[in-house]
Amino acid sequence: MDKKTIVIGVIGADAHAVGNKIIDLTLTNSGFNVVNLGVMVSQEEFIDAAVETNADAILVSSLYGHGEIDCMGLRQKCDEAGLKEIPLFVGGNLVVGKQNFDDVKQRFLSMGFDFVYPPSTPIEETIIDLKKTLGID
Amino acid sequence: MNILTVDVGSTYTKLTAIDGDQRRILGTSQAFTTIETDVMQGFQEAFDRLTEDREGNLCAGFKYDELLVCSSAAGGLKMVALGLVPDLTAKAARTAASNAGAKVAKTFAYEISGTEQQEIYDINPDLVLLCGGTDGGNKEVIIANAKRLVAIDRPFTTIVAGNKSASDEIKAIFEEAGKDFVITENVMPQFNKLNIEPARDAIRQLFISRIIEAKGLNILQGMTPYKIIPTPLAVLHACELLSKGTKTQAGRGDLLAVDIGGATTDVYSMASGEPTVDNTMMKGLPEPWMKRTVEGDLGMRYSLTHVYEQIPGAGQPENEYMQQVKAWVDLCTAHPDTLAAPGSVEEGLEEFLGRSAVSMAVERHCGRIADVFTPLGLMHTLEGKDLMNVPCVIGIGGVLRNSRRPQEILKGCLYDFVHPECTKPRNPKFYLDQKYIFASMGLLRAINPELAFELLDKETVELA
Repeated sequence: MDKKTIVIGVIGADAHAVGNKIIDLTLTNSGFNVVNLGVMVSQEEFIDAAVETNADAILVSSLYGHGEIDCMGLRQKCDEAGLKEIPLFVGGNLVVGKQNFDDVKQRFLSMGFDFVYPPSTPIEETIIDLKKTLGID
Repeated sequence: MNILTVDVGSTYTKLTAIDGDQRRILGTSQAFTTIETDVMQGFQEAFDRLTEDREGNLCAGFKYDELLVCSSAAGGLKMVALGLVPDLTAKAARTAASNAGAKVAKTFAYEISGTEQQEIYDINPDLVLLCGGTDGGNKEVIIANAKRLVAIDRPFTTIVAGNKSASDEIKAIFEEAGKDFVITENVMPQFNKLNIEPARDAIRQLFISRIIEAKGLNILQGMTPYKIIPTPLAVLHACELLSKGTKTQAGRGDLLAVDIGGATTDVYSMASGEPTVDNTMMKGLPEPWMKRTVEGDLGMRYSLTHVYEQIPGAGQPENEYMQQVKAWVDLCTAHPDTLAAPGSVEEGLEEFLGRSAVSMAVERHCGRIADVFTPLGLMHTLEGKDLMNVPCVIGIGGVLRNSRRPQEILKGCLYDFVHPECTKPRNPKFYLDQKYIFASMGLLRAINPELAFELLDKETVELA
């Protein structure tokens, strides 16, 4: 069976590279075709990569607290680029300060993300959701 | 052994006679290219001039043992490139075509429209490079574009270098339509991995059948066992040779070369282009070590109006200097054989226009650096090549050779604080291809790289 393609990267002006490498490695080992854009990735780069590689999902990371601003409008841009209903995953330290995660999650869901993860979520948890969403057993 | 190289240009057919035993250039000559009637006429005239029996002519009675030919006659190799995303496969397609020595008339991204189909019809390219999608990636767009290309009633050949998973369907489309096509490896098989060599080789192969035969160069081809190649490719080979050197001779290292012509300006860079500033992240499609770009709208005669129009301040009636420039541009456009007299005001105007053309061409060739403020402090991103530390800039072409102050024109390539994001060379030394032998030496490399390097090294002189 063809591998599912996942575009990953750390959005915005965020240069935290370690988690990104761990996600890349773990997803690859779990049988995904990973397109890793690395750190400091713009929304446009996520979309261009997803269009060109016909990606099945986009997984956005953010660690430096500005994730909410960086992620605004990503769903709308995906729609505009013809990436209809592509599953969007997001996780990390998404907002500034200690906020109630349920509120944060709600805000990201209303921004068009399908899955939102709190800080310190193991990537294995996301993989379970990825497989479920993409219909992999 | 005597070697003769021939460069059949769009205006002039240029000959260079080389004495392989004494390891020197005996002489050069040129005559108008006669591609419309019989290309041999111009060749013969240049050859007669070269071998003329006059005093002091080292080439009198010159007979060659080997003949090497390149050509950019009849508009050169005109191509159109198609890709999916502008910054990804469309850019990769353009890079592949430019590096093969083609003149890329236009690059299209995404599924092309009916208007764009008409545009390709009007361009009437010799070859079309069709790309799109990584291997296993997007198929829809390249297939849709294949269907649109076969509907264009022009005799071009299409090189397909896109998503391999779409190649069977594309093959069927072209076969059914009875259109010429070649399928080769993807220019971007994986995301951000450039693989332009197979497409470049396919273009080179097709150059022979499409250009040589179609444009009446077959008699010349029949005189030599060596394949005729596009002139820009020969220049690219020379740049590579001068930069890398040979088995026994050390090269000059990183370099930038600018070839200003009447209609186009070519820029060649031989450099990895890694960031010269700390804390810089590389972005976008990686670029090849050996890169060529060609600007069809920047030239010193046929496209001089376009150069003028793009200079800041152009068209301002209150700007007296620009009015002077405008008058000169109009004169040169109406009479392309106009030359500025040494010491005249026009000479200065010509240098100003040349410098502007070089500046724009090099700007488009170079990468872009941007500041990013992060919680970890100031960082930078770099897209394309950082050429700020390139130590050597070489000027090629009649415009520079005929100028009394070629360095004034070449200064256009320098880093400019008005555009601090553009990674142009900061402090290079300037050199001149004083005998206009780059294309010739690029050809000679194929049979004698040591000699070609020696002559290049000798004739590429530093400008004071």
